[in-house]
Amino acid sequence: MGYNWNWGVLLQPVATGEGATYLGWILHGLLLTAALTLAAWLLALLVGTAFGILRAWPSRLCDAIGATYVSLFRNVPLIVQFFIWFFVVPEVLPTAIGDWIKSITPSTQVFVVSVLALGFFTGARICEQVRAGIAALPPGQLQAAQALGFRLPQTFRHILLPQCFRRILPPLTSEFLIISKNSAVASTIGLLELSGQARQLVDFTAQPYESFIVVTLAYIGLNIVILRLMEWIQRRIRLPGMMGA
Amino acid sequence: MIALKNVSKWYEDFQALHDCSVAVEKGEVVIFCGPSGSGKSTLIKLINGLEDFQKGDILFKGKSIRDRDVRLPEWRRRIGMVFQHFELFPHLSVLGNLTIAQQKVLKRDAAEAEHKAMALLDRVGLRAHAGKYPSQLSGGQQQRVAIARSLSMDPEVMLFDEPTSALDPEMISEVLAVMVELAQEGMTMLCVTHEMGFARQVADRVVFMDAGTIVETAGAEAFFSAPQSDRARDFLGRLLL
Ligand SMILES: Nc1ncnc2c1ncn2[C@@H]1O[C@H](COP(=O)(O)OP(=O)(O)O)[C@@H](O)[C@H]1O
Ligand SMILES: [Mg+2]
Repeated sequence: MGYNWNWGVLLQPVATGEGATYLGWILHGLLLTAALTLAAWLLALLVGTAFGILRAWPSRLCDAIGATYVSLFRNVPLIVQFFIWFFVVPEVLPTAIGDWIKSITPSTQVFVVSVLALGFFTGARICEQVRAGIAALPPGQLQAAQALGFRLPQTFRHILLPQCFRRILPPLTSEFLIISKNSAVASTIGLLELSGQARQLVDFTAQPYESFIVVTLAYIGLNIVILRLMEWIQRRIRLPGMMGA
Repeated sequence: MIALKNVSKWYEDFQALHDCSVAVEKGEVVIFCGPSGSGKSTLIKLINGLEDFQKGDILFKGKSIRDRDVRLPEWRRRIGMVFQHFELFPHLSVLGNLTIAQQKVLKRDAAEAEHKAMALLDRVGLRAHAGKYPSQLSGGQQQRVAIARSLSMDPEVMLFDEPTSALDPEMISEVLAVMVELAQEGMTMLCVTHEMGFARQVADRVVFMDAGTIVETAGAEAFFSAPQSDRARDFLGRLLL
């Protein structure tokens, strides 16, 4: 094969002349991917928990609202959801808000859109995990809390959700890892995250192997950090006397 | 104190309770027994509003559970309940199990709740276990914690639904001892159990249920030695085998 390996290219100053190196671009992309992943996962956790509670709430209407959210966001491809958040949502919002969104710096705008798209998409999956996690608790837990005089919101907050989250920590970890990879879709609306930087690198250096090897390693590194973080959380919330999860 | 008046309850189109009436006075201990599926748990759950019912009325100190101004959380807070499977909160320590409702429901401050909790743990002989988690306790210990947890809300009545039937035989007496003490202190108690020794010792009355109806009500001694109905005789005969 006539490929010319040139790892040194990574440390060369970029052709656009902004005082950075190509490795600097990749690190910047990695940082963006990490920030996007974390923000989107936190949003997904928030949204998924809120709708998961609705689904588990003893009310047909609440359940229906939760189920509608899930079917909307789980059945539309992620990339289409990115386009809807990016192109459609600012137009259908009241003009004042739409104009305000358009006035934000484009790079901030695509970042926020990416957080929203990934967050609500993944939130639909977390919603179902929360619903199932609550449904799997012994019905006596709800009854015991109610028998002590807890109101329903207090019961969820203090009794059901703490147990549910301990049980669903493994799938929540998976969602975290999946978001880090789904975040590459953000490059389609112009966010120069890790995979976007890789493509840019190929365009500028014509060294695709080096570029994608480094980017692959960066994704692997990010996933290892996420796994470590979740293991740490798992250890912190583990209950004495309970084996495993 | 507690009165059920002609209560009927359906689950979908299955009738679980037929026209049940019972009245329990303050300080009374009433035992409910009967074959499995006869509606004992259902009846207990109706009393603190954990299930709803279609016909009749339930009164607590003369007030109907159907009254517009009845708030179920407060209604339930005043009625303690002990479950067959303890239902301790596994994510909280023993102390946490005893303080959380005091703090969140009764709005007691942490120190007051803890003080009360430790006094109750003392009473059920488990002060030394305050820092443990439920999964680190034996069944008998868990049920004693569950009783203490109920008492932490200062209930005026206590409901027990087969509190010893999930326990290994050697642990039954430690739980019954706590219940006997409660009864002797004058707590009003409605208790589903088949522990005849306990019933003979503390029961003012025994209510025998079968197939969703109250078949017979009698003093404990009279019920166990000379049941009036065939169904009760039958049931006791099988219980003794
Ligand atoms: N949630 C429920 N849905 C439908 N049927 C129920 C439910 N709970 C109890 N039942 C039925 O009601 C009857 C009485 O049950 P239960 O009160 O638990 O009896 P017991 O406590 O005396 O064993 C049983 O036939 C049972 O199958
Ligand atoms: Mg029962």
